[in-house]
Parts: sequence; C-alpha cells; structure tokens
Amino acid sequence: MKISKAAAAAAVAVALALTATACGGSKQDAASDGGASGGAKDKLVVGIKYDQPGLGLKTPDGKFTGFDVDVATYVAKELGYEPNQIEFKQAVSAERENLIANGDVKFVVATYSINDKRKEKVDFAGPYFLAHQDLLVRADDTSITKAEDLNKKKLCSVTGSTSAQNVKTKLAPEADLLELGGYSECLTGLENKKVDALTTDNSILAGYAAQEKNKGKFKLAGLSLSNENYGIGLKKGDKELQTKINAALKKMVEDGSWQKAVDANLGPANFKSEPAPQITEGS
Amino acid sequence: MFDFLDSGQYDVLGAFWVTVQLTLYSAVGSLIWGTVLAGMRVSPVPLLRGFGTAYVNLVRNTPLTLLVLGCSLGLSQTLGIDLAGDTFKETGFRLAVLGLIAYTGTFVCEALRSGINTVPVGQAEAARALGLSFFQVLTLIVLPQAFRAVIAPLANVLIALTKNTTVAATIGVAEAALLMKEMLENEAQAVFAVFAVFALGFVLLTLPTGLLLGWVAKRVAVKR
Repeated sequence: MKISKAAAAAAVAVALALTATACGGSKQDAASDGGASGGAKDKLVVGIKYDQPGLGLKTPDGKFTGFDVDVATYVAKELGYEPNQIEFKQAVSAERENLIANGDVKFVVATYSINDKRKEKVDFAGPYFLAHQDLLVRADDTSITKAEDLNKKKLCSVTGSTSAQNVKTKLAPEADLLELGGYSECLTGLENKKVDALTTDNSILAGYAAQEKNKGKFKLAGLSLSNENYGIGLKKGDKELQTKINAALKKMVEDGSWQKAVDANLGPANFKSEPAPQITEGS
Repeated sequence: MFDFLDSGQYDVLGAFWVTVQLTLYSAVGSLIWGTVLAGMRVSPVPLLRGFGTAYVNLVRNTPLTLLVLGCSLGLSQTLGIDLAGDTFKETGFRLAVLGLIAYTGTFVCEALRSGINTVPVGQAEAARALGLSFFQVLTLIVLPQAFRAVIAPLANVLIALTKNTTVAATIGVAEAALLMKEMLENEAQAVFAVFAVFALGFVLLTLPTGLLLGWVAKRVAVKR
C-alpha cells in the first residue's frame, strides 16, 4: 500500500512538472509572437535559414552568420532597429509563406527565389541577389563542362528541392540522382566518390565550399543552369515596408556594403558573383 | 484548392505504390528476421540468447532515421555496399528495406515472445517428453500457437511499419513522403491541402489493415 501511494505521488509530481514546463514554453512563445505582430518597436523578427553556411547559419554558440544575415541586419538598421533588437527565427523552405502570412516574422531573408506561385501568397522586395543552379565537384574533376554531360553522372541534391526537380524534369532526366536530407550528407558521398556532383544554387554551394573543413576539396563547375532571383519576402499588400526595404537594398549596394558582404561570406571556391541585380519588385 | 492534383505534375499514386512496396518487402523480411530473433531469445544456447537480447535492445532503442541514414551514409556511401543496386533508385530502395527490416524485426520478435508466453508450459514439456528436439518443439508446437495469439499486436507493428516507411525519404527513396516534400516546395500556397492528401493516403493504407487483421485475430485466436 505504501509503495503504491509513493508511486502515485511520484507520477503526479512528474505529470505536474511536465505540464508546468509545457506551459512555460508556450507562454514564452506567445509573448515573443505578440511583440512581433503587435508592431512594437522593441523587437524585429526576421526569418532566415539556420543551416546554410555562407548564407544563413546558426553557429553552435548561438550566433548567426552569412550573407542573408548581413542583408537582414543592414535592412533592419535602415528600418531603425539596432542589431540587438533583431530576433532571428528559423524559416525552413516549406514554412516561409505561412510564417509571413501569419505575422510570425516581419520579413524573410532566406534564399527565397521570387516566382509567381509564391507571389500569390506573399510580396517580395528586391531582388538582392542573383544566383544560378550550379554544380559542386571535387577539386580535381574537369569532366563536367555543360549541362548535357550530366546525363552520365551521379548527382546528389536535397529531397524535393527545386534544383532536384530541375534535374529530373529538364536538365538531365537520365542522370542518376540521389536525394538526401541535407547538403552536408551529399558532401560525404562527393568526398568518397560515390557521387560526381552536388547540385543546387551556386550561392549555397559556395558557402559549403568556403567552410573551413572543406577548403581546397571542392570547386564550382561554373554552369548557369537557371536564374534564381532572391527576394525578401513580406506580407502581401504591405507597400510601405516593400518600398522601405527596396530603398535599404539600393543603399546597401551603393555604399559598397553589399559587395563586402558577398566577398566575406562567399568569397573562396572559384565563385564569380554576379553584380547586384536591378530591383524589380514593387515598381 | 486541390487543383495542384490536376496539373499532371505529380504522380501521387505512383509514390504511394512505392510506399506499399516498401511496406510489403519490409513486412515479409521483418517477419522472418523477427521470428529468428524470437527463436534465439528463447533458445537454450546462452550465446544465442545473449546476442538476441543485445540486438533487440540496441536496435529497438536506436532511432529509425539513424538506422536508415546509417545504411545510406555508412554502408553505401562510405563502405561501398550497394546491395547489387546499379542506380541510386535501386540501391536506396534496398537499403531502406534493409534498415526497416533491422528495426521492425525487433518489434516482431518482442510481440512473438509475448505470444510464446501465452502457450502453456505443459505443451512444451509434453513435446519434450515425446522426444522432440528444441527446434521441433519451437516450430511444430509453440510457434504456431504463439502466432495465432499475436495477430493483433503484429497488425499494430505492420501499421507502424507502413508509417515508418516515410523515413526512407531521407535517403531519397521516391515514396509518398518524398513527393510530399516536393509538393510543399512548389505548392507552398496550399500546404494544408497537400498535407490532407497524404494524411488521407495513409489512412486509406492503414485503416483496412487494422480492420482486416483485427477480424483475423478474432477468428484464429486459440480459445483457452
């Protein structure tokens, strides 16, 4: 009898502890969300990628680095926010539209290609960067010079990504395509010669090639297989914010910080960056 | 709202067919492997018993994603074991089946072992008294009764397996979850509609399994 009572008491304690922590967590979330959508001037919530070196990366010590982060910080400064007032939130590809539409983030800077389907649900500012689908190959590999070479190659890309679909439907339907969960997993195969090339936007590839642990191992093939205009996603119909961000982007290019950010984040690995694109959205 | 289904761009049925194939191959494989494991765990040989126990406890408590990813990154990409697959499509499918069998086999084993416990000890003792060997006792007397007792738990394992096949998408097997990722990438304006299509697909796969095997379980149960 004593034992079962003790067990019951323990169970109740555990249950209480669990519900208590759950409450704490959700309350915190609600508070930060409220701050963002309420338009309070104290915090600015920006959506970025957490897993793309060179573009948007959350480092193990909790800092954020990358070109997208630099752009977001610059735009935020122009909107009147200090760097310590910016709160970065993870925006994985499939959730970007909903994060914006629900007001969870003010805007999204996350390798977000402008296209018509996406414009049905969100508006864009920019573009702030022109990327092309390209290939990352081993540094000593010279066998890929044009898109047709791919049909006999083993390629790797990320499950469901636009680049993977491009390969399957347009570029090289006969290529042997491996789709894995992330680009880092593809790098294992590339290093072990199980795959010949890793394909996605050249900006993302350059970020991986520029990582400290990969330096000198890989290079970009330098093919322009598609045009991806990265824009800053924002709530549909928010013309005021769109104009302000466009102005901020223009200023960033003019005062040279844009080029500096590109060189710092994507510099190494034979990456020839395009000049800053003309701003086309919202005019 | 569901107009993305009419575009002809997505082969939803084909993707679910791969899911069904993954499920069937893995189900057959894990039934065999699980039975072997259960045999090991009740065998009189300490070494086999030890291996069975260690394997089941180790693999059952390893996340399936790790196992399947380990098959791809570890076996295929690092060690070069491709299971005779020529393309990534074949290799990926076989590696996924291997991973699923390794994982699901442990659950089949534990379900069977509970079934073995429902067979009265007297049955095995009587068989021993007749002069049957351990293997004969197990395959002729104990397992047939044990199987009939655990149809319902095995149905649960099968349903879990059906849903677990989605993990194969992480190593690029073109099944339902992979197509869903593709559709979410292109049709982000209809996230909930896409999600509903795939949720419905899995309900259609698992619900009949549960109903059918539940009915079978009632029919064949040994009344004691």
